[in-house]
Amino acid sequence: MTPDLDPPLDRIRNLAVVAHVDHGKSTLSDRILELTGAVDAREMREQYLDSMDIERERGITIKAQNVRVTWKGHTVHLIDTPGHVDFGYEVSRSLAACEGVVLLVDAAQGIEAQTLANAYQALEHDLEIVAALNKIDLPAADPDRYAAEIEKVLGVPAGEILRISAKTGQGVAELLDAVCERIPPPRGDPSAPLQGLVFDSYYDQYRGVVSSVRVVNGRLGAGARLRFVQAGRTHDVEEIGVRLPAATLVDALGPGEVGYLIAGIKDVAEARSGETVTEASRPAEPLAGYQDPKPMVFCGLYPVDGDELSDLREALEKLRLNDASVTYQPETSGALGFGFRCGFLGLLHMEIVRERLEREFGLSLIATAPSVEYRAHLTDGSVVEVHNPSEMPPPQKLESIEEPYLQATILSPTEYTGTLMELCQSRRGEMRRIEYLGPERLELVYRIPLAEVVMDFFDALKSRTKGYASLDYEPADWEAADLVKIDVLLNGVPVDAFSAIVHKSQAQDYGRRMTEKLRELIPRQLFDVPIQAAVGGRMIARETVKAKRKDVLAKCYGGDITRKRKLLEKQKEGKKRMKSIGRVEVPQEAFIQALRLEE
Amino acid sequence: MAAPPFLASRPEGPGFGVYVHVPFCARRCDYCAFATWDDRLQLVPDYCAAVRAEIARAVGEEMPLATSVFFGGGTPSLLPPDQLVAILDAIPRGEGSEVTVECNPEHAEPSRLGAWRRAGVTRVSLGVQSLSTSVLDSLGRRHDPGSVRWAARALGDAGLGGSYSVDLIFGAVGERPADWQATVAGVLALDPPPAHVSAYGLIAEPGTPLGSDPARHPDADDQADKYLAVDAALASAGYSWYEISNWSRPGATCRHNQLYWAQGEYRGFGCAAHSHRLAGGGGARRWWNVRTPERYIRLVGRGDDPAGGEELLGPDVRAVEALELGLRTSEGVAVAEVPSAGQLGLLLDLGLVSLSRGEGAGERVRLTLRGRLLATEVTLRLLG
Ligand SMILES: Nc1nc2c(ncn2[C@@H]2O[C@H](COP(=O)(O)OP(=O)(O)OP(=O)(O)O)[C@@H](O)[C@H]2O)c(=O)[nH]1
Ligand code: SF4
Ligand SMILES: [Mg+2]
Repeated sequence: MTPDLDPPLDRIRNLAVVAHVDHGKSTLSDRILELTGAVDAREMREQYLDSMDIERERGITIKAQNVRVTWKGHTVHLIDTPGHVDFGYEVSRSLAACEGVVLLVDAAQGIEAQTLANAYQALEHDLEIVAALNKIDLPAADPDRYAAEIEKVLGVPAGEILRISAKTGQGVAELLDAVCERIPPPRGDPSAPLQGLVFDSYYDQYRGVVSSVRVVNGRLGAGARLRFVQAGRTHDVEEIGVRLPAATLVDALGPGEVGYLIAGIKDVAEARSGETVTEASRPAEPLAGYQDPKPMVFCGLYPVDGDELSDLREALEKLRLNDASVTYQPETSGALGFGFRCGFLGLLHMEIVRERLEREFGLSLIATAPSVEYRAHLTDGSVVEVHNPSEMPPPQKLESIEEPYLQATILSPTEYTGTLMELCQSRRGEMRRIEYLGPERLELVYRIPLAEVVMDFFDALKSRTKGYASLDYEPADWEAADLVKIDVLLNGVPVDAFSAIVHKSQAQDYGRRMTEKLRELIPRQLFDVPIQAAVGGRMIARETVKAKRKDVLAKCYGGDITRKRKLLEKQKEGKKRMKSIGRVEVPQEAFIQALRLEE
Repeated sequence: MAAPPFLASRPEGPGFGVYVHVPFCARRCDYCAFATWDDRLQLVPDYCAAVRAEIARAVGEEMPLATSVFFGGGTPSLLPPDQLVAILDAIPRGEGSEVTVECNPEHAEPSRLGAWRRAGVTRVSLGVQSLSTSVLDSLGRRHDPGSVRWAARALGDAGLGGSYSVDLIFGAVGERPADWQATVAGVLALDPPPAHVSAYGLIAEPGTPLGSDPARHPDADDQADKYLAVDAALASAGYSWYEISNWSRPGATCRHNQLYWAQGEYRGFGCAAHSHRLAGGGGARRWWNVRTPERYIRLVGRGDDPAGGEELLGPDVRAVEALELGLRTSEGVAVAEVPSAGQLGLLLDLGLVSLSRGEGAGERVRLTLRGRLLATEVTLRLLG
């Protein structure tokens, strides 16, 4: 089965595997790699395409991966996509390079929130949907029931829905047959001027930027001089190849083909996803691109050790080469020193970036509580973006403040309807739609402030529904709200790291929780330390850390003064790691703990 | 390094101390992290012989005359009196030297005390800990509080009544404030009353049964209250504090311990014993013997040095220790010797230290009553 390196157009099939988190996309990709002989048994490992350490450890896909396989005379380009909502943009990019999708549905779970989101996206792109129920090997699998559900909700005839087990391989050959049969081949004109769509780019330390390209028209040949239309730059092709999954050089990529391109580019910003490449000597119209994902969640990242600031900057620069969706700009905090305000696609993305910074770059970081972006309308008519509570204009200058809203889709067994509506209500959600997807499954659509979702909405959702509800969302609009800035004062001194912007109705609750938490975390000092939460100078919560009255009166016995001094030296070291706020000594650990999200 | 005034004022000068470690107990207490064992009394004869051999070797190397000797442990009173006396006899002592032996109350038999006295013992430190049976139980100690009264009388009869000391521990979980008050009152009512009292806050040492049982860890506020209570009771009975955990009647301080706090010279014999000798250039050397009696006996028996580790103390480290140790005493430290006076103002404001003129030596920083309870914190802040 040597792959055809110059396949005829009508033999090409381009598809993305899409599904809700954990429904088995990467496992199906494994079986396909095996069945088509792309990876031999010796080299096979689970979720072969999840190559990042962090993906393997967490068992999730973060970055879409494409690979070319051969099946019964067809050249199949397959893209394994991530299921998590934070990485939804990876799916939409991937779809732009395909004519069809394999939509997997866990046969023991049925349709979930991202299943719907993915299916709608595929329909929007006019893609052929090959639906398959996966995990039929599970005892709890109920393929008949969920086939009916898919038919009702997505309009795919139950009889066309395949039944497979990505684990055992059962039905995977039939799925590949169906893909070749049902997904149309790409269309394109090999003699037209080159139009190629860049749908992913990453930075390789040795090769520079490596882009995934889908050729739409014309031929992308080795040695060509390329025009990157949006970036307005010209680069010479250094290498073109396909992933089998091993990178394999080819002379050219024709219409409909997917491959990779290296063109001596040093900055991913010059080969962004959505970029169109054409030939410099024969430029063509740019393709419809897509918008870069906008960061939705922000937090401050500070090195625990202030000396590591430049290391953190360097690490962020490097990380951004592979993940253009992270934003960062310098920020200063009275309590935490110098750091960066960073933007992320969501909480998982935030967590992953932070973990990568710590692991791959050996940094130890303090992260402030995640927040969203606000738009403050000032009395003088201007508008400022507020990413950080400390940027909040004083009340007397503030005309109004707007916050971002999401359209959130919740899929859940019907028995949880009451508790879910109650949850959404308490988080200032407005119901937009409620729909029964079957006798037992319900779709709830709410318009809800992003800030509420960032707080701990997802955990609350899962715990109220024993994990059965799923959530998908997309940015909706902005709306003015009654938002206030809460200050937290230690011994009368405001601590910027603990400030927050919250809805007025939640100020009291936030203030109480934060002051209680800090009372637990701040060690007793030589004097009583009041911890206060205040809104615009008005106290809304107060706790006191009582003065310490005694420290260990170590007995120095038999002249063993060395041990005593060592203890003292250790305590002295501990003091060095404390931050002084006014006269209060706060251990780093207290910041880390206090800023950690609610469990 | 000039000796603090309270030592300088003694006729015999800074002095030289000898410590003898006795690593045996009848039963290990729950909170105890000392180098002591309750399962190898059979080693006693060999151990005593090894200690005498180590002493003889030091004497051969011209050890100075001892101004104080201290038998600690463990339970030194567990040694047969002739063994202890033989060790004491081996230590060359100066005129009027202080000789202390730690003693369990039930070991204070007239014959034993008489033998000690004849051999030159001048002080006995009674391990009382508490007079409440339930508190003793919760400390994992086993003696009858009644034996303490009996022991006091025996000490008086043996002519040790004017110098003996009582060791107390406060803050065990389950010790009510009234239990503690009764213990202190009971000690003061002993006949004859002790000349000296040491009262230590219980510490949950890692590695001890108490340490690994968080439910029995002492509460800092409770200990603070009990400290204030014992200080008040002792003060009104005519005892004055001269070190955080030590109070004495006039003239009854423990010179041996004062030597430690004044960074004086001492030599320790026996396993796990520490020694400290001054070196040139403002430095000093501290070393300690191997921890277990078996290894100690073996090394000494072979003619080897039983030292298990040492530390050379440069002037900087000595300055840290000077502050740490000096602050614990009622003499305090000279302001001029405080490494970092930056936070002195804060500590004065908070009433944790006071300043006063010492005898000709310039201003001194002393811990106040509240400051004594926070000595570690005060030390850390004055270290900068
Ligand atoms: N029993 C059974 N388990 C399966 C099957 N397919 C996948 N799994 C398991 O389901 C879990 C998730 O599989 P993945 O392939 O990582 O799922 P994914 O859709 O790629 O997940 P994300 O990339 O995080 O969205 C793993 O533990 C798989 O072993 C199947 O057919 N049967
Ligand atoms: S008697 Fe003293 S040395 Fe012996 S075990 Fe008890 S506390 Fe430890
Ligand atoms: Mg995956």
